[in-house]
Amino acid sequence: MNSLSLVLRTTGYFLLPLLLIFSVFLLLRGHDEPGGGFIAGLVAAAAVCLHLFFTDVPSTRKLIHIDPRDLLGWGLFLATVSGVPGVFMGDAFFTSQWVELTLPILGETKLGTPLLFDIGVYAVVIGTVLTIVLSLAEAEE
Amino acid sequence: MLLAVLSGFLVAALAPLVHRLQPRFGGWLLALLPAALFIWFASHLRAVGHDGEVLLQSWQWIPSLGIHLAFRLDGLSLLFALLISGIGFFIVAYAGRYLEGHRDQGRLYVLLLCFMASMLGLVLSDNLISLFVFWELTSITSYLLVGFNHASKPARLSARQGLFVTVAGGLALMTGLVMLGMVGGSYELSELLTEREALTSHALYAPILLLIVVGAFTKSAQFPFHFWLPNAMAAPTPVSAYLHSATMVKAGVYLLARLQPALGGTELWTAVLGLAGAFTMFLGVFLAVRSTGIKRVLAYSTVMALGTLTMLIGIGTELALTAAMAFLLAHSLYKGALFLVAGIIDHETGSKDFLDTGGLGKAMPVTALFAGVAALSLGGIIPLFGFVAKELMFEAVLDAPLFSGILATLAVASAVMGVTVAAIVGLKPWYGQRVQTKKSPHEAPPALLAGPVVLATLSLLLGLAAPQTQSWLLGAAITAVNGAPVEKSISLWHGINLPLMLSAASLALGLLLYAGWALFRRGTRFVDLLAKIGPEQIYERSIDGITRLSAWQTRMLQNGYLRYYLMIILGSTIVLVGSQLFAFRDHITLLFDFSDLRLYEVVVAGVLASAVLMAVLTSSRLSAVASLGAIGFTVALVYVLFSAPDLGITQVLIETLTVILLVLVLFRLPRFIKLSPTHLRLRDAGLALAVGATMTLLMLSVNNTYYFPSISEYHIAESAPAAYGRNIVNVILVDFRTLDTLGEIFVLALAAIGVLAMIRFRAEDKDT
Repeated sequence: MNSLSLVLRTTGYFLLPLLLIFSVFLLLRGHDEPGGGFIAGLVAAAAVCLHLFFTDVPSTRKLIHIDPRDLLGWGLFLATVSGVPGVFMGDAFFTSQWVELTLPILGETKLGTPLLFDIGVYAVVIGTVLTIVLSLAEAEE
Repeated sequence: MLLAVLSGFLVAALAPLVHRLQPRFGGWLLALLPAALFIWFASHLRAVGHDGEVLLQSWQWIPSLGIHLAFRLDGLSLLFALLISGIGFFIVAYAGRYLEGHRDQGRLYVLLLCFMASMLGLVLSDNLISLFVFWELTSITSYLLVGFNHASKPARLSARQGLFVTVAGGLALMTGLVMLGMVGGSYELSELLTEREALTSHALYAPILLLIVVGAFTKSAQFPFHFWLPNAMAAPTPVSAYLHSATMVKAGVYLLARLQPALGGTELWTAVLGLAGAFTMFLGVFLAVRSTGIKRVLAYSTVMALGTLTMLIGIGTELALTAAMAFLLAHSLYKGALFLVAGIIDHETGSKDFLDTGGLGKAMPVTALFAGVAALSLGGIIPLFGFVAKELMFEAVLDAPLFSGILATLAVASAVMGVTVAAIVGLKPWYGQRVQTKKSPHEAPPALLAGPVVLATLSLLLGLAAPQTQSWLLGAAITAVNGAPVEKSISLWHGINLPLMLSAASLALGLLLYAGWALFRRGTRFVDLLAKIGPEQIYERSIDGITRLSAWQTRMLQNGYLRYYLMIILGSTIVLVGSQLFAFRDHITLLFDFSDLRLYEVVVAGVLASAVLMAVLTSSRLSAVASLGAIGFTVALVYVLFSAPDLGITQVLIETLTVILLVLVLFRLPRFIKLSPTHLRLRDAGLALAVGATMTLLMLSVNNTYYFPSISEYHIAESAPAAYGRNIVNVILVDFRTLDTLGEIFVLALAAIGVLAMIRFRAEDKDT
């Protein structure tokens, strides 16, 4: 799918990092504002698909380094593991645990197991979309 | 105790790494975990084993359903935990050497350690549900271990057979346990064990008992479910020794023993367990003598031992329960040792059949010696611990309140053949004519010898120190099974009495039978005919039947035409939803109130409707795709207008990805022509309109009918204070209903793997 559109290719190179950063932004703010792991995962996956449109499958695979199938596994692992701390704090499995930190740049920050869970969702969504899209595209070639 | 159970899973996760870094001594390194666990459990011998304390610990799991990770360490759990961790140590070390250089050795360690952790969880659980979860985990790890050599078809079939039988029993068990929990008012064993009167007199007692018994019988290979165990010998030998002899197959026996104080002592209990157990015992040892494969003989003699245990628990007298615990310990020690010896024979000579062995004693004197000791215990010969157990068994059977005659006859007949099995195992490979073997035999290395030597020696030492064994280890276990302390004392020498004479007679007859072993096998060939109508055949038939049924059902419902799938799904929706709407028609008020209708709402609805019309009527594929996109984006707009931004964003993104996917598959589609004649298109239109009408009615009735107060109020109120989040949608997804989301992402991942498999296999089919 070696598109010759110069416009697509040029904008694509600029948009890709922006979209990926935007997806992380959506992921992190998801607990308070519209966003979250699912939406962020879709944005990130769409960004990689954009890259696929102006290059080809091997270079897209190279771009993401990790096999999307591994992302599925890691995502499920993170999401499941995020339930464990609750057990050790004497609560039920998946009871969320929070810590409030004051970090140098970010200021008051709250970190909790739901964020870990959301990162898991993020990874699974990216993994699912890219597994399907990349294997379809490969079958095409 | 939580750590004791979880450590197995944690170390299992590290096992491949350890194996990669240290391929030669990885087995010994990983065996340190079971060794540490053994020491930890042994440190409770004084408090729990000798003084009879019961340790209880509990962690929350799903408190709203009464499910906890509750652990209980009493005499019975301690006995099992010591066997599991102790034998586990030798097995892991043995596996390190036995499968040295095998491509998947790392995987074997993972599975063995996972199994050990599950088995420990099973015997330590105080909660019926967590017990069941660990129970099923042992079935699954057993499946993976039997199918370890997955390239071999018999191994795969045996693994599947074992899994189906035990999991089918597991389903029955789960039903039984849930019913038991409902009747007893608690899922905690500690509470159920004191409710015997209420439970045994309850109307549901018989169904509860029978369901649990089916679960226990499938797991412990009791007749008519015994056939999977010999087939499970497709597993590597250390696995057979560990799972299919010393530990996992005893899980069913463990459960029966565990529930004895709560459910036992009735006539039904004695009849079912006593008779089934006794018959299994006889059948097992009979088939053992008829077999010649080394592992098959041992497997069938395990079936015999499991039958004996079930029978003794069924008899349920103090004497019988004492005998059961003694026999359990004796069997785990000698059978573990003998299986490991069988592995040594295979490893050193390449022989898998007794007929291919003989005269190995000169080349492998140490193995021969300790195989002999273990065989003596199997034969129940003084002064081994097996003798103590067998004497107690005879005594208990003669003393049984019900069916004493039948049980005693079967027990003596089994003991005779048990001696024959012991002779086959202890004499045939080692003495007599030297038989040429595939490899020239050498003495086994320490990693392989450690298990048989220690276990066989223990068989001897525990026999000599029988009273001490009782006061430190068995006494508390017997108390736990009986529900109250037992007076009976165990000792090596009981004086000259009827059981001793029966032992002597069975020894003589058994050796006689060994002398005529070949003759016996020829004379009983007729039973091969019986096997043609046996339970294994019923299993095979029903598996074939299920395959045919599902093939037929798939042809009918999933014939590969997407439009039929859609028609079936939509048709069922109409019927199910429509019938409910019709049933509740009196409660539904349809309210058409257009007073606060806004202009933009009319516009959006108009756009949506015209996009739908366009999608249906267009004659070009591109415009169909475009109109579908328009529909999607308009729906997203509706979400945004009705203040659901998260849904709106998601919808937009999904639409975008749908376009990408469409572009990828567009070239593969056939030309866009009208294939269906008009009357079929009319039928489709009718169906579509019916679905639309049903959904419209449903939405209208939902909006105006309230059965329950909405949960939204709770979510809105609790979101920020309880879950630290202001975005309620996200809080619901990742906090309030995490488990749902977890289920959904698992489905998502499965879908991805499904698509991948579909595309890949298509591509490979084309290549070949």
